Amino acid sequence: MHPAFSVIFLTTLIGAGQGLFLALVTAEAFSHMGALALQEHNFYSNGSLLSLGLLIAGLVASFFHLGHPERAWRSAAMWRTSWLSREVIALPAFMSVVFIYGLLHYLEWNPKIFGTAALPEADLTLMVGIIGIVLCFALFICTGMIYACLKFLQEWHTPLTPLNYTLLGMSSGFTLATAFATQYSLEMTGLFGTWAIILTFTALLTRTASLLRNKRIKHRSSLRTAIGVRHNNIQQKSQGSMGGSFNTREYFHGMSAAFLKSVKWIFLLLAFPLPLLLLGMGLSNDVTVLLVLAFIVQYVGLIAERWFFFAQANHPQNLYYQTI
Amino acid sequence: MTQLALVIDLNVCVGCHACVTSCKQWNTSGAAGSLMDDNPYDKDPTGTFFNRVQTYEVGEFPNTETVHFPKSCLHCEDPPCVPVCPTGASYKRKEDGIVLVDYDKCIGCNYCSWACPYGAREIDEKQKVMKKCTLCVDRIYDESLPETERKPACVLACPTSARLFGDVHDPESEVSRAICESGGYPLMPEWGTQPANHYLPRRKTTIKLHEDELTRADNPLKKDGRLPRTDPDAPFLEDSVSW
Repeated sequence: MHPAFSVIFLTTLIGAGQGLFLALVTAEAFSHMGALALQEHNFYSNGSLLSLGLLIAGLVASFFHLGHPERAWRSAAMWRTSWLSREVIALPAFMSVVFIYGLLHYLEWNPKIFGTAALPEADLTLMVGIIGIVLCFALFICTGMIYACLKFLQEWHTPLTPLNYTLLGMSSGFTLATAFATQYSLEMTGLFGTWAIILTFTALLTRTASLLRNKRIKHRSSLRTAIGVRHNNIQQKSQGSMGGSFNTREYFHGMSAAFLKSVKWIFLLLAFPLPLLLLGMGLSNDVTVLLVLAFIVQYVGLIAERWFFFAQANHPQNLYYQTI
Repeated sequence: MTQLALVIDLNVCVGCHACVTSCKQWNTSGAAGSLMDDNPYDKDPTGTFFNRVQTYEVGEFPNTETVHFPKSCLHCEDPPCVPVCPTGASYKRKEDGIVLVDYDKCIGCNYCSWACPYGAREIDEKQKVMKKCTLCVDRIYDESLPETERKPACVLACPTSARLFGDVHDPESEVSRAICESGGYPLMPEWGTQPANHYLPRRKTTIKLHEDELTRADNPLKKDGRLPRTDPDAPFLEDSVSW
């Protein structure tokens, strides 16, 4: 497939924004359980603002993918059948919860809902945060399923696709949260940093699993089934047009095999070991710059990862477009 | 239930592209506006087509065979492009099974084209909406046309009658008979899309000759020649019974 940068930025930006929000709610829940000291409200409100900024940037990027952005509102209609439609609903729903969560913290309006001093107390912001977590995972699943539900794109048609979207988004979000928390509390930095390392390592395992799976994939379609001639030696001589067409542009990445391979090693380096190293160094020596750098390096790595994700998928229609 | 479809006879198609040009002419002149053409007479021409004729070579020289292969939307009975559409612009008509795009609802996200394993959908890069074969829906029901012309433009244009049009759910229709009697097959059956369009395979007219048809099995001497004559003086069977 041809990797569209609008979709690459959409998925990586909202992934980081979702991960950051998860980190904030995790911190608040830990504080409520007494595992951590309670943070100031502006820690959460500024964090939500950063998360919302990433989500809005992703949403804006997605509009560049559309031929008619002014009709985008129509795309919520078919949520019964279309994962894309479900994502279109889940994203603004999640964004509004992030906004409400940030606003409640900004206004410092946080009445107790239930609970006693002995039990974990549930207040309004935590409740809103938990709703946000549910929507956040729903959004991760919707984003992943957009690709995983296309059964003949065999590289994508696996449960590893939504799992990778979730874990990669969470790991970049927690890395960002680690860098963000250095401005507020050392304790939070440690918590987020530990989770960022765990998530990045887990994402490395699942992404490697999908790479190994795709390496040994057997494509079910061949030129024989494509034109229905049972012969082992079929060659295309013309594709019906002398110049290119939509079919030759949309489904081919247009790069050499060597380029594709180098992007794979670049993302395997930038998205996983390098941020892990920077996180480890930054956390042990307490250097903010290294933690910020860890997020930037990982984000660039995830852009390469998403590019590779699209480029690697081999659409069966390409069988019809092999020779001009 | 009706399922309109094309049946394309690969044994008859000569690859003249008449279906391609007449399709383009009809569909670029319709109410939906023109089909995109970019640099048509210049370097790197490109454009939107509903139908393309491709050419394949089967076999190894000298035993090769050229297959001209017209390719358009197959109007699948279980179209994977329809449920993925987020706006409902892509739909399959209940009354005749034609898969269509509502150009006024399409947001141009390309997702349906990703979901079509055949690459039958092409975006119109000027109008920014997804376009595809309509089976000339604006022609086949047009009562101002004589009944013989109420067929898709490609079918009417084909000089060798390689394209048949009709209801594949009606077992008595011309298309159903052709599929049944000439070995019609769908493309990429492995994805369960159940394409309504079918293709008729290349056929060779052969005669099977057996060994005993070439040599005379009733020749006891195993060679051609005069049959042995009987001696004219030898007694006949009649001689023995006539006395």
